[in-house]
Amino acid sequence: MNELIFQERIDSERKIEPKDWMPDDYRKHLIRQISQHAHSEVIGMQPEGNWISRAPSLRAKMILLAKVQDEAGHGLYLYSACETLGISREELVSQLHQEKAKYSSIFNYPTLSWADMGAIGWLVDGAAIVNQVSLQRTSYGPYSRGMIKICKEESFHQRQGYEIMAEMAKGTSEQKEMAQDALNRFWWPSIMMFGPHDADSPRTGNAMKWKIKRQTNDELRQSFIDKTVHQAEIIGLTIPDSKLKWNKERGHYDFGEMDWDEFWNVVNGNGPCNKQRLDHHKKAHEEGRWVREAAISYAQKQLKK
Amino acid sequence: MTGNSNIWEVFIQSKNGLAHKHAGNVHADDKEMALQNARDLYTRRNEGSCIWVVKSEHIVSSESEDGEAFFDPSNDKMYRHPTFYTMPDGSKHI
Repeated sequence: MNELIFQERIDSERKIEPKDWMPDDYRKHLIRQISQHAHSEVIGMQPEGNWISRAPSLRAKMILLAKVQDEAGHGLYLYSACETLGISREELVSQLHQEKAKYSSIFNYPTLSWADMGAIGWLVDGAAIVNQVSLQRTSYGPYSRGMIKICKEESFHQRQGYEIMAEMAKGTSEQKEMAQDALNRFWWPSIMMFGPHDADSPRTGNAMKWKIKRQTNDELRQSFIDKTVHQAEIIGLTIPDSKLKWNKERGHYDFGEMDWDEFWNVVNGNGPCNKQRLDHHKKAHEEGRWVREAAISYAQKQLKK
Repeated sequence: MTGNSNIWEVFIQSKNGLAHKHAGNVHADDKEMALQNARDLYTRRNEGSCIWVVKSEHIVSSESEDGEAFFDPSNDKMYRHPTFYTMPDGSKHI
């Protein structure tokens, strides 16, 4: 009975709020998806943080700092949304540390040159935006509101990345080479950010039925590719896919097959930076312990006054 | 730091003269930290001129599921709306 009323609410596009009844699996699916999203924002600060002290100008440095600060903020919006489902922040962080919760595999690739800051903003944030714009219409109220806030802030991220790529692409031949190299390395991992093909994505059915997801992995991927091809063309860079071709009948670009062995290999912990990213997070969390303890102790003293 | 006792709801007044509006929440151990965290998290782009923070546990909420019954007492009082009344033909500014 409850399930019927619940599904009726979903079907009539009404949002589900924290205190409403929801199926256990809906709650579980949301906790998994939102926490993975939150962890991605937070772990995503590392590859870019790597370049803050080596940014090529003060302008670039200030922008990168602001962007990384935004990622921290986005992580917090998402942890907040996730907590409304009845799980604590401590539990969420501990799931990440115990590798029970995942984060986006894209952040397990290293950032080797300044051009990678361009590629991440343009492609990685670009792909994230396509996904997040769609999720603004997700059925869970707190998640939807978080997405709306994040989307408002995120478009500067993609534009700053594209600006870096455009500038390097019209720079010296060495700079152009760096930009092309960054595109070559980040292209395939970026389009794999949308996840496996729909046919190989067992959870897509429920997620669509409950309107947690509003578009499937393949639909979102296609939409990102269609947007991005022209952007690469006008800055004179080449997307590293020989099968990429406009398909007039479909009204979309056709593209080559992704390397799913590599995808699963990185998801399962064997990417170039998996260990480094997680170790760094644990270390930062541990080294911040005394700050958390001092804050609690200070608060308790204030109460006694 | 157990349960929800360190979560604070954040309300932001975007411009002088407007009402405060719920923006989200923050974790903090005392009220000063709650205000500072709210500022850092929710007003990075001049979104506010004033912030309120209140512990989440102090918020009392009605249930959205039985909203209909809860709000029922006022639904049948159409005479609370100005459109309920018949005005004489030709009357103005009322």
